[in-house]
Amino acid sequence: MDTTSTITVRLDDRLQALPAGSTLADLVALLGHAPQAVGTAVDGRFVPREQRAAQHLQDQQRVLLFQPIVGG
Amino acid sequence: MSSALPSPLHADADDAWSVGPVRLRSRFLLGTAGYPSPAVLGQAIAASAAEIVTVGLKRTLAAAGDNGFVAAIREALARGGARLLPNTAGCRSAPEAVQLAHMARELYGTPWIKLEVVGDEHTLQPDPFELVAAADRLVRDGFTVFPYCTDDLVTCRRLLDVGCPLLMPWGAPIGSGQGLLNPFALRTLRERLPDTVLIVDAGIGAPSHAAQALELGYDAVLLNSAVAQARDPVAMAGAFRLAVEAGRRAWRGGVMARQDFAVPSTPVLGDPFLLAEGA
Repeated sequence: MDTTSTITVRLDDRLQALPAGSTLADLVALLGHAPQAVGTAVDGRFVPREQRAAQHLQDQQRVLLFQPIVGG
Repeated sequence: MSSALPSPLHADADDAWSVGPVRLRSRFLLGTAGYPSPAVLGQAIAASAAEIVTVGLKRTLAAAGDNGFVAAIREALARGGARLLPNTAGCRSAPEAVQLAHMARELYGTPWIKLEVVGDEHTLQPDPFELVAAADRLVRDGFTVFPYCTDDLVTCRRLLDVGCPLLMPWGAPIGSGQGLLNPFALRTLRERLPDTVLIVDAGIGAPSHAAQALELGYDAVLLNSAVAQARDPVAMAGAFRLAVEAGRRAWRGGVMARQDFAVPSTPVLGDPFLLAEGA
């Protein structure tokens, strides 16, 4: 792998390799999620859906994805 | 499973309460976790006649799908017209809760948020300092905050000061089913905050607990485990619905004052047997 053209982000509890320059929207699509199906946060901060395409991911950034679930 | 109880679902349509501009008739808020199947969950929502049901958020890798429960909730709400109340369960700090609330608003499309910020792992007791800080931020961000709090009067005042439109003090620790452990504190809250919407949240295990909360003058109850963990959740949802209605009617009717000693209910003059013998 050409390490100069890839980055690794911390996706929930695992590592995820991505092409350098990828956005958060790219990552959501890569994982097969519909944009409206998940909520996103980068380094502990919520990133609204409409801002994902402008959110370029950096090496070692921490990405969390959330989905609706039952609750009390 | 038993079917939903017969109509009318809300016997007294004029006895409404409000969250902001939203008028509600049901005083029974229902949680959606821990049901044996999506079908039972949907039937329980219908039997409860709840107009507010709570939901949550979970990290996608941990959740690994929800087996159709969220779809069942949405279907039940589409049929019954109830509203979603997302929570911030699992949060331990104000910044964490604020971020999750924003995510919930986006995913569920509602500014309503049940704010949970836990300060103790054993009791799941709310952290009053983080709770007030998070509520302050979220109100300024345009949320309608339903704070899950303790029955501490001063903390409750602080939550109202930062703009919470209502309060949700615990009856007992979450999921414990112990009922109202401190009726004195709950009664004090009701007396000191007469114009505030108060909802007992957490700790209710039986319909009698819910009735007691309403008899104390609380506006509503929120519960989950007592229905989800019942042998027949649909039947229990209906039982709670009736108990909540009975408690509310009792509050409106005016529960009699307690007496320390017996007070005869039948008016009697003298001793009836002695009178009979002397006749």
